[in-house]
Amino acid sequence: MNVLFFASHRELAGAGDTVVALPERSTVNALLAALRERGGGLARLPEQVAVAVNRQYADGETVLADGDEVALIPPVAGG
Amino acid sequence: MSPTKTGVPRAGPGAALDRAETARYARHLVLPEVGREGQERLKAARVLLVGAGGLGSPAALYLAAAGVGTLGVVDPDVVDVTNLQRQILHGTSDLGGLKVASAKETLHDVNPHVHVEPYPEKLTSDNAMEIVAEYDVVVDGSDNFPTRYLVNDACVLSGRPNVYGSVYRWEGQLAVFGVEGGPCYRCLFREPPPPGMVPNCAEAGVFGALPGVIGAAQAMETIKLLLDVGQPVAGRLQIFDALAYRWREIEVRRDPGCPVCGDRPTVTAPVDYDLFCGTAPTATPGRDENGVAQLDPGDLIAVMTGNTSRTWDPADLLRLNLAWDPTDYPDLGFARPFLLDVREPIEWDAMNLARLGAVLVPMGQVPERLDKIPRGRPVVVYCHSGVRSLEVANFLAAQGYDEVRNLEGGIAAVLETNPEVLGLGE
Repeated sequence: MNVLFFASHRELAGAGDTVVALPERSTVNALLAALRERGGGLARLPEQVAVAVNRQYADGETVLADGDEVALIPPVAGG
Repeated sequence: MSPTKTGVPRAGPGAALDRAETARYARHLVLPEVGREGQERLKAARVLLVGAGGLGSPAALYLAAAGVGTLGVVDPDVVDVTNLQRQILHGTSDLGGLKVASAKETLHDVNPHVHVEPYPEKLTSDNAMEIVAEYDVVVDGSDNFPTRYLVNDACVLSGRPNVYGSVYRWEGQLAVFGVEGGPCYRCLFREPPPPGMVPNCAEAGVFGALPGVIGAAQAMETIKLLLDVGQPVAGRLQIFDALAYRWREIEVRRDPGCPVCGDRPTVTAPVDYDLFCGTAPTATPGRDENGVAQLDPGDLIAVMTGNTSRTWDPADLLRLNLAWDPTDYPDLGFARPFLLDVREPIEWDAMNLARLGAVLVPMGQVPERLDKIPRGRPVVVYCHSGVRSLEVANFLAAQGYDEVRNLEGGIAAVLETNPEVLGLGE
């Protein structure tokens, strides 16, 4: 699946997107764990990350399918 | 008053336009979606702007120009020269003055028919409910997470729409929260990020025209809500990437388990948002709850030079220059700490503690540059006022640095107590 990063997440990942291959019927939480395991900045992805799957807000238990677009939504506070 | 589809009360009577207003709003009056009735509704409307900064500036300018009758502006800050790159309510002649004062002056010039109510104070858990209750819609242009959660909760608890915008470097977010049936900010971001995880505008930078785009969109959404026209961006978070020029839309639904707008809410009044966000300032010297000790700025010279008289002796300067690495000079008889400045380079250029051996690693780069920060030696961290450095000090302690101290009050306190040790413009 294709993972999109924005704002501070983009800086953790060092890129705006990445491709992650996971076993079938993996959840959003499993995807986040796989991203953290990549190390580097991504190791510091916070415990709670807001995620959208195919442009719909999704919780950690949401099951992913091949080809899903997963966007990590960073909290941003600047004004 | 009859409720509208978004829950915003319709303006009451008594908002008839006079001749001057009829002329001023001519381009609105010919729009079928506005017309005289809509314009009168705007005249009777009350909008609260939280923050008169990058987002609040364009939002307030367009709301005033559009003839929104009353604009409340909450901002405790004064105008700083670094604001002027994007905060277009304020000008060079306003430097050092309250933002709400220059906001009122600018908005009055744009449209003298608009009443501006200034609040030169911070929005807090104590005053938020009372202030928000006075307004029909709230525009969140604040610049920190505690205020964002406070605005959200006060809006949900008061039944007021929250027109949310935020910016970071080249990216912005926009949404309408807290309308009937829609999600709130907490449905999207249940937990605040760990303190220090997300840099603010001062630390990360922000592209000046970006809040112009997002703030103008906040004004537009506010006016649509007041007129009850079109479809608000409720339930549709917008993420804007200025570099790519791309808007992405993410569908967000109300979370029935949300602690404030859910089916069984647990937040029924504003809470302590500094505590919630982990940004509580430490009021007492010594140790904070995370165990990082505070260093009294009056002790800084003694700690850095071994000169316990607490006064600056020029001989110390020579000694420090010789003893750059204390392990080379064990006869010095003290463990000279590593003095870490976590401000931005521009702040360092203005004044710094290089004379005491300070080394600059801006806060955002600390996690990647831990190799620059020696272990096995005490570390003293400082920033401008001691807030950012406390976050870094806690971060370093969590990374296994065992003797970390935060310079209480930051370099600003040293400027007060021992200005002679500051390197100015070096």
